[in-house]
Amino acid sequence: MKKRIEGLDESSILTDARKILAPQIEDRSRRSFLLRGLTLGGVAMLSGCNLTDDESVETALSSMSRFNDRVQGWLFNPNAMAPTYPESMITRPFPFNAFYGIDEAPTVAEDSYRLEVTGLVADKRSWRLEELRAMAQTEQITRHICVEGWSAIGRWGGVRFSDFLKRVGADTDARYVGFKCADDYYTSIDMATALHAQTLLALTWDGAVLPREYGFPMKLRMPTKLGYKNPKHIQAIFVSNTFSGGYWEDQGYNWFGGS
Amino acid sequence: MSQSTALPKASHPRWLRLTHWLNALAVLVMVTSGWRIYNASPLYEFSFPTSITLGGWLGGALQWHFAAMWFLAINGVVYLAFNLFSGRLKRRFFPVSPKGVLHDLWAALRGRLGHADLSHYNQVQRFAYLFVMLDITLLVVSGLVLWKSVQFPLLRQLLGGYDTARHVHFIAMALLVGFVAVHLLMVALVPKTLLAMIVGRKEHA
Repeated sequence: MKKRIEGLDESSILTDARKILAPQIEDRSRRSFLLRGLTLGGVAMLSGCNLTDDESVETALSSMSRFNDRVQGWLFNPNAMAPTYPESMITRPFPFNAFYGIDEAPTVAEDSYRLEVTGLVADKRSWRLEELRAMAQTEQITRHICVEGWSAIGRWGGVRFSDFLKRVGADTDARYVGFKCADDYYTSIDMATALHAQTLLALTWDGAVLPREYGFPMKLRMPTKLGYKNPKHIQAIFVSNTFSGGYWEDQGYNWFGGS
Repeated sequence: MSQSTALPKASHPRWLRLTHWLNALAVLVMVTSGWRIYNASPLYEFSFPTSITLGGWLGGALQWHFAAMWFLAINGVVYLAFNLFSGRLKRRFFPVSPKGVLHDLWAALRGRLGHADLSHYNQVQRFAYLFVMLDITLLVVSGLVLWKSVQFPLLRQLLGGYDTARHVHFIAMALLVGFVAVHLLMVALVPKTLLAMIVGRKEHA
């Protein structure tokens, strides 16, 4: 298996294979999730539902999740700040976390990097890293909470996202801001959170340039949302009124994902 | 609100039976899906066997957990409101004292505590049921802190922060499961209590 095939690029083979397999795996894991869920879920707890009709269970759970999105949007207080911590409390080493291993984290070349900004914005031009570094910078030491339950305290610095949105002339009455990333990750957030004072277009970690494993060239840092809502290796930002979901959200994680 | 509660004959009024079984269902879903969520990042040195968890994977378990939480919380509020405003809470659960609980516990262990009148709770029952009301309240509060720690700063601080809230949530769950185990054992020993919780009639021996 490990033997190298001459003339073929391993990574491009892997990328292709993943593209072919991903929808199937996703579909299968989704189905087995329901089946496994139902073996125990079926223990007299759904007397009113047809247990074999797993579509209806999935639909019910999904609509509850949408309902929870609305409740969280309503609960969200733009003035409520996530707690901040002293430098001594920073988690070292800060855990790496992604849907792939640390060796597979994408390498983005700074020279050719351009941040694409599209959708409901007045200024659709692309941004170079230097231009972002030239904007007013701010820092925060906050707790990153993972959907799995663990948490870690980190120090992020960068451009306040609301400043950036204003600078590009974003329509802040739009409903969503979406992100596309170099690791094929994608997600979207509500405008209220995008404009929150602690939402940061993070360019640094612990005072140094954001390393590859934490999302170089930039990640959106939101201490008011769970880890999977904080996209890394951002390549494109779009402002929209159309719901666009996200990598994990499309598989069942709650879309709002706020804390 | 409920006339039946005023009648001494009806040991378990309809609202009580309904909220009891809805609560049992909600607790079953919350606990088993909670175990699956716990497994994603175990807080202690063990995991729960996947076969006794609900949801199949973390995302599925979270969907069950965040759906059933509404039933647990709303049903719990309805139960407490009926209990409080019908005067049943005061009538059935008080007075209760450590001395009385120990006395009745000792009598029960010697097999000398009768269940002739199911509308009368002995002190051990009073303590156990009051305990489980408070425990579920604590589960809801600590759950709120875990779910929305930024939006509920006061609750977060009361529970000692996000990380401590995880421990509180887990321990409260373990105590709830402990209660359920004892509760089921007692029902097995005095089966007519199960009948009372289903049909609501007082059994005459």
